Amino acid sequence: MAVASSDTAIRTGRFTRTLIYVVLLLFVLFYILPLYIMIVNSVKPLSEITGGGMMSLPSAFTIEPWAKAWSTAQVGVEPTGLRPYFWNSISMVVPAVAISTVLGALNGYILTKWRFRGDTILFGLMLFSCFIPFQIVLIPMAAILGVLGLSGTTAGLVLVHVVYGVGFSTLYFRNYYAAFPTELVRAAQIDGAGFFQIFWRILLPSSGPIIVVCVIWQFTNIWNDFLFGASFASGNGAPMTVALNNLVQSSTGVKEYNVHFAGAILAAMPTLLVYIVAGRYFVRGLMAGSVKG
Amino acid sequence: MSTAAEADFKTRLQNWIPKLVLSPSLAMVLIFVYGFILFTVYVSFTDSRILPFVDKDGQRTFDLIGLANYEKLFKLSHWEIALTNMAVFAGLYIVVCTLIGLTLAILLDQKIRGEGFLRPLYLYPMALSFIVTGTAWKWFLDPGIGLENIVQAWGWENFEFDWIKNRDFAIYTVVLAAVWQTSGFVMAMFLAGLRGIDNEILKAAQMDGASNWNLYRRIIIPQLRPAFLSAFVILAHLAIKTFDLVIAMTGGGPGRATELPATFMYSYTFSRNQMGIGASSAVIMLITIAAIMIPYLYAELKEKK
Amino acid sequence: MGFLDINNVTKSYGSVEVLHKVNIAVEEGEFLVLVGPSGCGKSTLLNMIAGLEDITSGEIRIKDARMNGVHPSNRNIAMVFQSYALYPNMTVGQNITFGLEMHGVPKAEREKAMADVAKLLQIEQLLDRKPGQLSGGQRQRVAMGRALVRNPDVFLFDEPLSNLDAKLRVDMRTEIKKLHQNLGTTIVYVTHDQIEAMTLSTRIAVMNGGYVQQLGTPKEIYDTPSNLFVATFMGSPSMNLIRTTIRIEGVAVYAVTQNDRGEEVRLALCAPLDAIKSYDGKDVILGIRPEALTDVEGADHRSSHIESIRNTVTVTEPAGSDTFVATTIGGAECVARMRADAEVLPGQQAEFAFNMEKAVVFDPESENRIL
Repeated sequence: MAVASSDTAIRTGRFTRTLIYVVLLLFVLFYILPLYIMIVNSVKPLSEITGGGMMSLPSAFTIEPWAKAWSTAQVGVEPTGLRPYFWNSISMVVPAVAISTVLGALNGYILTKWRFRGDTILFGLMLFSCFIPFQIVLIPMAAILGVLGLSGTTAGLVLVHVVYGVGFSTLYFRNYYAAFPTELVRAAQIDGAGFFQIFWRILLPSSGPIIVVCVIWQFTNIWNDFLFGASFASGNGAPMTVALNNLVQSSTGVKEYNVHFAGAILAAMPTLLVYIVAGRYFVRGLMAGSVKG
Repeated sequence: MSTAAEADFKTRLQNWIPKLVLSPSLAMVLIFVYGFILFTVYVSFTDSRILPFVDKDGQRTFDLIGLANYEKLFKLSHWEIALTNMAVFAGLYIVVCTLIGLTLAILLDQKIRGEGFLRPLYLYPMALSFIVTGTAWKWFLDPGIGLENIVQAWGWENFEFDWIKNRDFAIYTVVLAAVWQTSGFVMAMFLAGLRGIDNEILKAAQMDGASNWNLYRRIIIPQLRPAFLSAFVILAHLAIKTFDLVIAMTGGGPGRATELPATFMYSYTFSRNQMGIGASSAVIMLITIAAIMIPYLYAELKEKK
Repeated sequence: MGFLDINNVTKSYGSVEVLHKVNIAVEEGEFLVLVGPSGCGKSTLLNMIAGLEDITSGEIRIKDARMNGVHPSNRNIAMVFQSYALYPNMTVGQNITFGLEMHGVPKAEREKAMADVAKLLQIEQLLDRKPGQLSGGQRQRVAMGRALVRNPDVFLFDEPLSNLDAKLRVDMRTEIKKLHQNLGTTIVYVTHDQIEAMTLSTRIAVMNGGYVQQLGTPKEIYDTPSNLFVATFMGSPSMNLIRTTIRIEGVAVYAVTQNDRGEEVRLALCAPLDAIKSYDGKDVILGIRPEALTDVEGADHRSSHIESIRNTVTVTEPAGSDTFVATTIGGAECVARMRADAEVLPGQQAEFAFNMEKAVVFDPESENRIL
């Protein structure tokens, strides 16, 4: 993906090329459309939307829906806006990403540079855990979180996301370190460096790209999670996605579409920002997520 | 590294540290993934209705009932609908995503000016939460304010588009939104595959007089087999896991028109207090995914060795 | 007992034994080269000396101390890797001193040692660079510097020149040899390149299939290979092998074969009768190096025993300094190394002179050398 195309052998005529560009641009419209709708409708008064003007640019620009979505909209039972839930998500995502990345890095290091009998099977077990339908763990997880007193807490969600995120972070680092020359580790061993010194001094300084990939992937996944959030933290401890859904689905009063769109953008903002800033790494993560490195 | 018996302290320590460091992750995975899977399988053999499993007096709240849940599950019309919807959804989703992904990849591979600008626009939906995607499409397709309303306001008074509210068509709107979200990703996978093809082979084929059409049909697309396989596996497993999108777009409705196994499991477990049945449906989901993923992962891991 | 002793060392992976009871004693200051085709076990043996792989059975001793199970960093060895294994994130200077740092050597001492080594290897101007900014030859020097700075008992080299281009390889070969002569260090050096083995070593261990086929000085290995494997592996072009029959007439011993016209030719062997008596009438393989098979004028005049055969030239390959001439003797393709101005043309007859003093004879069954 990152590799630029070397000269393609295929040649196309002018007519074909024009057609290609037209098709490509039509698809751009398709992909852009929902984003466009979210943005323009989040800054217009409700009456403009219900009057059939969903596609048009706002004639009366307002940031009222944003303010409302952020701080006063009715989410669930209280008119708190999405703000507290945004912070819930932040305080869940940061530790969960940090812990799962650190564990993944160490696991990847061990599974490639300190190999032992059966390590491939262990990795296979970890890898499969990335792909299970999480419905299969919901019931016992709910029970355990209850026993641990973590039901409905951010700490509980952090635990859940670390557990089910470590497989992917291990996959990333394992594939990355597999290409890291083992001779370097051997040289460092002869030089007298120990397990942690080799990791810290030799591997980690070269791990920048994969750390970025892993952090972005974990961040996006955990931020966007809905199933665990809805299952284990539906009240005041709910993450942003759950709160957004509550806002949009709430059946009381008038449906404030403009507020819903503003809320949706708020929920999408962090991951979109990451995508804009580091899209290249995001794509790398996606590709590695399809296992082939 | 060395036989433990005669290794010096440093060597022995170095042999143990890796296993020690690996063990927390391993324990986590063994307990929270595989232990929990076994637990859910166990629950699926019981008549549990709600948590906790033990009441205040320390009495367990369930009995073992063997395969009764599975028998009941497959007699439920609700589950049958979920399975039928799954088949329609997964089939269309996989085929359409693959077609769009492959088309876009092939078109983008024609030395397109501005490829670096186009690619991110195709891919950004992958960065969004399904709840966000669902919200956007839900209101855009809503006949009251969305597409139908818009087109009518443009002057086509008789235009009708109420699929999302229509029992017979609602599932296709979910397919549309899901395709919107992931087809760019499939494009990226195929593009990577295309870029990996040796250009000299293409040049040789051109010397042999192959037209562009034949070049793709006979030389290039057959070489994309690994990309097709990866795309299929990833899409199939995403399809089976689809949950948030349905919740956000239709809530499984109208009626049960967009109910999928994932939403079925959730509602039986957490809202209908039929945990045993919920568990058995989760087991069925796991088996389906395992049937697709395990051979794939096995082949991938073996290849890497 | 030597400086580095390899006693009955065996290596198995699971039930597969890849090294079989290897015994080598290396004296202090020796330059031992382990040479063989890939998969022969040479790198495994080197890694076992380094402590990077465990020893299944047997023992390795350095300065009479048993090394089995000793951590690589406590063996007082240094290793130069095939890929050089320079730490990419550290400067050249940090690369060189990393081992000293890990061993708790104070900074001032490290700096001094680094300066000495840098001077010795003429890499002073590179100390602040990162490995990525160096050329292949420079990396090679830094890798050697990293080994030298530790002042180890034994240097281990794992195919250190195989990543260099042909010209640089020859230059570095000379440098390594100089370094060894100047410093008098003990070196174990792994390569698959028989020329490197010949030029660098004081002794060579030729390995194949997990066995040491022959251990000896370069001259011994070259002139008197102990079996067909060593004979063909060492030397380029490789030794000519001609199927012959032994015929004893009185005290004279002949190896009998055919020229390319199907006529019988007899090559008298200069061998003591007793050694070959039992082979009378049996088939053996006559081995003769290309340089011992020449044009008549080019033949070694000090040799007491030259035999010549008239035969058809099939191909000539002028190589500048010599001309390699191919012909068929006894059904086997043979290469003769003639003078550059030898007048031979493909398809014509030429006189091929055998320097029988240099000829060796192998048993075709056991493949071991008889003479």
